[in-house]
Order: sequence, then structure tokens, then C-alpha cells
Amino acid sequence: MTSATQPYAETVTVVQREVTYAEAIREGLRQEMRRDPRVFLVGEDIGVYGGAFGVTGDLVHEFGSDRVRDTPIAEEVIAGLAIGAAITGMRPVAEMQFSDFVTLAMEQLVNQAAKMRFMLGGKIAVPMVVRMPGGSGTGAAAQHSQSLEAWFAHVPGLKVVMPATPHDAKGLLIAAIRDLNPVLVFEHKLLYRVKGSVPPELYTEELGKALVRRPGHDLSLIAYSIMVPRALEAAELLANEGIEAEVVDVRCLRPLDEATIVASARHTGRVLVIHEAVRSGGFGGEIVARIAESEAFDFLDAPIRRLAGRETPVPYNRALERSTVPQVEDIVAAARALVRE
Amino acid sequence: MREALQLMLRIRAFEETAEQLYMRGLVHGTMHLSIGQEASAVGAVLALEPTDYILSTHRGHGHCIAKGADLGRMMAEFMGREHGYCRGRGGSMHIADIDGGNLGANGIVAAGLPIAVGVGLSMQLQALPHVCLAFFGDGAANEGAFHEALNVAAIWKLPVVFFCENNNYAMSMSVRNAFPTELISQRAQAYNLPGVTVDGNDLQAVYGATAAAVARARAGAGASLIEARTYRWRGHSKSDRNLYRTQQEIAAWKERDPIAHLRTQLIADGLLQEAEAEAMAAQVREEIAAAVAFAEASPEPDPRDLEDEVYA
Ligand SMILES: Cc1ncc(C[n+]2csc(CCOP(=O)(O)OP(=O)(O)O)c2C)c(N)n1
Ligand SMILES: [Mg+2]
Repeated sequence: MTSATQPYAETVTVVQREVTYAEAIREGLRQEMRRDPRVFLVGEDIGVYGGAFGVTGDLVHEFGSDRVRDTPIAEEVIAGLAIGAAITGMRPVAEMQFSDFVTLAMEQLVNQAAKMRFMLGGKIAVPMVVRMPGGSGTGAAAQHSQSLEAWFAHVPGLKVVMPATPHDAKGLLIAAIRDLNPVLVFEHKLLYRVKGSVPPELYTEELGKALVRRPGHDLSLIAYSIMVPRALEAAELLANEGIEAEVVDVRCLRPLDEATIVASARHTGRVLVIHEAVRSGGFGGEIVARIAESEAFDFLDAPIRRLAGRETPVPYNRALERSTVPQVEDIVAAARALVRE
Repeated sequence: MREALQLMLRIRAFEETAEQLYMRGLVHGTMHLSIGQEASAVGAVLALEPTDYILSTHRGHGHCIAKGADLGRMMAEFMGREHGYCRGRGGSMHIADIDGGNLGANGIVAAGLPIAVGVGLSMQLQALPHVCLAFFGDGAANEGAFHEALNVAAIWKLPVVFFCENNNYAMSMSVRNAFPTELISQRAQAYNLPGVTVDGNDLQAVYGATAAAVARARAGAGASLIEARTYRWRGHSKSDRNLYRTQQEIAAWKERDPIAHLRTQLIADGLLQEAEAEAMAAQVREEIAAAVAFAEASPEPDPRDLEDEVYA
């Protein structure tokens, strides 16, 4: 197992291969499918079409339509068949075309996949993965832009992964496929084209480990998914003003690496939790609570703050859409205010 | 056929005993009894090989026993004990016997159908010769999952048998009010699958239709839909006051007891003596008594072990 100790912004001098987040996912799928004949992909338009976001791309040409399997538009069966295949010897990787459509598969994921091992007294494992693009920023409006991860993080029995970099998109995905339990991977649509260094070989990133992407001592920016690159960019701008922000990438909401989060809060004494999902009921509330309940509480110099999506469905208009979700300048402003508190 | 009678007697005795335990306040939770429906459970499962799979429902004791489950471990699960199939975590509604090919009862109506599609796909991808039979009720046939599952199983020619136990009611909802058509099996036509309706209280009719569907599935020719017409004698669950049906209707269906029917037939055909039938019933009663004793001797689960199987 390797680990991603490099910061998001590349600082290493050796020549690194840069690929996009989408390419990294595809490469991970390809390599794992070559290694393990039990792995197969299933979803809508993932075959010759290559996936709505081009993630599966040309995989059907290498593995055929049995292992890169197009389905009718039937999300409940996509999720359910992944369960049935997983409990009888296969390693399915299902795709929801947009994470919003997982609403049609909630029953199978929440009532079936999540519960099976526990409810049957440990007699069965459900090694399945569901990949799904989430988030706003593409003008897809209210039914194609949501960030629903908190719903699933609320369910014991589901692992919830939020990769922020191409490196993690590949390494966490491969770990998810090899995991014996159901894992949901929320990929961010705007990250698909973002490049980063990705090892060409197969590697895994442990599920349930957060990472300090940038060390700092003035405040902690705790983020996941697309808010990680935004927080890192904000941290650069803040550094110009003499504010050293520590950026923690949560990476996995369940299981949650509370220790890394608490250690950072304790170290800096000021915490800004950032996510794209709306604030009410958002996962940030859980992170804040974990810090408040921990030994870090005594080390806090200011109230813990959250920066989250506005309490509205995601709008269509570009400017409106942008205004609903934390942007780099919002993070800078909130961080600045917090260090002055 | 004698085996079938024995299984049906075992199911009846298990459920009657379960009901008594419940009445005596020894069971916490709920149960759904299939008394009166034994022929459809047994006829369907006997048409399978031991290595085939089933997916069961909330009314699943019969499916589970027919598939060969251990009565003691079933009873222990019903009573919430550590030596139950699910270590007391599941209860009656979630009993599964994975080694025996029973992938589990289900508390969600129609939920087994999408899973059955996955089991069928898994068999096809691994080129394994096993078939998956999914039980579901008439009520389940009106869930979206039913339609999604039949369609996908049909287009991929999966080795799945969709077995509908039409007992005329989904809780209080009568099939007369819930379906615009006479036969649930008609729905197979929409997916270009074979669909048949059989007398679900006639063991041989159920067995014959299921054997044909299983043979078709095993030969790679794809899925089928079977509708077995039957009736539950007891209420839906513990809270049912039978306000939606008449005592006459219940009595009329009791006249068509699947167990009495098979027994009479076997005796008439000279395959069974009266005395043998009595001995069989006595033996089953002993088995059930032993199962209860096993369950009662099994410890309560320890709350400290609650998170044993929690991984996230
Ligand atoms: C999705 C869902 N809706 C409702 C229920 C509550 N419920 C449990 S069983 C049942 C009736 C099911 O009828 P049917 O499928 O005909 O099976 P039967 O009980 O007759 O065996 C209902 C309404 C449930 N468990 N799951
Ligand atoms: Mg019914």
C-alpha cells in the first residue's frame, strides 16, 4: 500500500506523469479488471457511449459488453444486481449516471446492501462499489447537481468515499473494489478534467484515512472532494497575507478519520469546515460535532465555522449556480474573518 | 412426494409452534405466517437442486424449511438467540441460510427481485449452472422493482425464476382492487417471458410448472414468471383483525388445505399408508419440540458483541 503524502499542488522535482481524474479512474478500473476477472462494470451508457462523463471510455473494447455492461434505465435493479452478484462471487462496480439518480436506488443501497452483513449475523459479505458523479458547476440544474453524500454517511454499513485528486480517485477506487463491503464513491463532475500525478501501477489508498494536504498553524480548513483543491488555492492566497492555513482532506466520510481532524483542530485552534452540500444536515455538522466533543475543544480560540452550499436547490444560471456553492474567494474571506475572531 | 408431504407438515408445525410461542409472550417482534401456503413453497423448492439459490420474503419460514434449513437455528433466530441463523440480529423477517442457498428473507416488499437479477447475472458471468428462484407476493408485483427486474432478466436471458405467491391479499389490499387484470402471470407477456398461473395449493401443479421454468433457466433460455394461487389462513401479521375479508372466505379456503389434499392423494395412489402419515406427523412434532428446546437453551446475544459485524 502506498500513501498519498504529496500535497495537492505538485512540488516534487522528479518527472511525474499527469493524468486527469477521469483517466485515473479509468486506468484503475482497467488495471483491476485485468488483475481480477470477478470485477465487472454495470450502468447506463457505460459501454460504447463511454459513460455520460466519458469515465469508462474505451473499456468495453478491451473487456467486452459482458464486463462493461450497459443496462436499461433501471437504477433500482442496477444497485440490486450489484448486491446479488457481490454475494455470489463477483466484484461489481456499478455506476449511477448522475448521483441524483441514486434516489431511485435508495432502497437497495440503504435497506439491503448496508444491512445484509449485520442483519444476517455476519454470514455474508457484500463486496460492491457504486460510483457516481455529484456536485454542481456544469449548468445541469437542480436534479443533476446535488451533493447527497450526507444521506449515506448517516447509514451504518455503507462506506462513503469523496476523492479530491486524480491520485485518490484511482487509489481509493481500487481499495473500494477490494473492500468486502459496499462502498459508495462520489466523484465530482468538475474534477473529472483536473490533472494530477498518478502512479502508473496498481495501488490502493486506505479507506478511512484523512490527509493533511498542507500544513499550517493559523487555522484548519477541513474539506473533501472539490473543496480540497479550492481550500488549497485559498491557502495559497492566505499565505500571501501571512495566514498559514492547514488543509485537511477528509477523503472518506464513513469510516471517518476523527483522529486526524481532531489533531489539526487542536494544533491550529481555529476550524473552518467546507463542503458543497447544503449546510442543514450536511456532513460538516458531524465534523464540527466530533471536534466539539473532543479534547480539541479546550484548544479552540474561536467558534468552529462552516462554509457550505446555500439552502436552495441548485439553480441553472451560471452566476446563480456559482453563488450557491463555496468558491475560493468565499473560503479566503471566511478564513480571514476566522483568524481575526 | 412423501418428502414433499413431510416438508409441508414440518412447515405447518413450525409455524403453529411459532404462533404459540408468540401468544405465550416468548417472542419479541413480529412474524408472518404462511399457514395454508405450504404447497407453493415446497413445490417450488423441490424443483431446485440443493446448489440453486432462493430469495425469500417476509413470509419466508416455508421457503427456508423447504430449502433444508436447520429447524433449531431457525427457531433460535425467531426467539432472538445467539445460535440463531443471524445471531439474533435478524429475526423471523431476515432468516437466511447462506450455505443452504437461501439468500434471505426480506423486510422490504419486492426487494429480492433486483437481487435475484444479480444472482442470475453472476451465474451467467461465471458460467455456473445454478438457478435463482425469487419468491414474492401479489403485493410485490405492483412495485417498480418487479418490472425493472423482469425486464432486465428477460433481455439478458438470466437463469431466474420469478415465483409469485398470490395469496389474494397484500395486507388488506385485495388483488381484485390492486390489479386491472385477472392474472398476474399475464405480466410476463410484456417482457416476452413465459408466464403461467397454477393452483398454488396443488403441490404437483406447482412442482411441474417450476420444474419447467428451472429447466428452461438452466438450459440458458432465460427467466420465467410463475403465479401460484393460494391463501394465507392467518392474518397478515400479529395486528391483523381480518376486517377486509369474511369468515366464509377463510373457511372456504381452509377446505382446500394443501396438506390434506396431498395426503389424500398419496393415500389414494397407494404411495402412503394412513399409519405412515400419522408417524410422519408425530416425527415432525418431535423435530419441532427439539428445535424449541435448542432455541431455549441458546444464550441471549451479548450487547457487548453488537458491533461485531459493523465495518463502517
Ligand atoms: C416496500 C414496502 N412497502 C410496504 C411494506 C409493508 N408490508 C409488509 S408485507 C406487506 C404486504 C405484502 O403483500 P404481498 O407481497 O402480497 O405478500 P404477502 O404478505 O401476502 O405474503 C406490506 C404492505 C413493506 N414491508 N415494504
Ligand atoms: Mg399477498
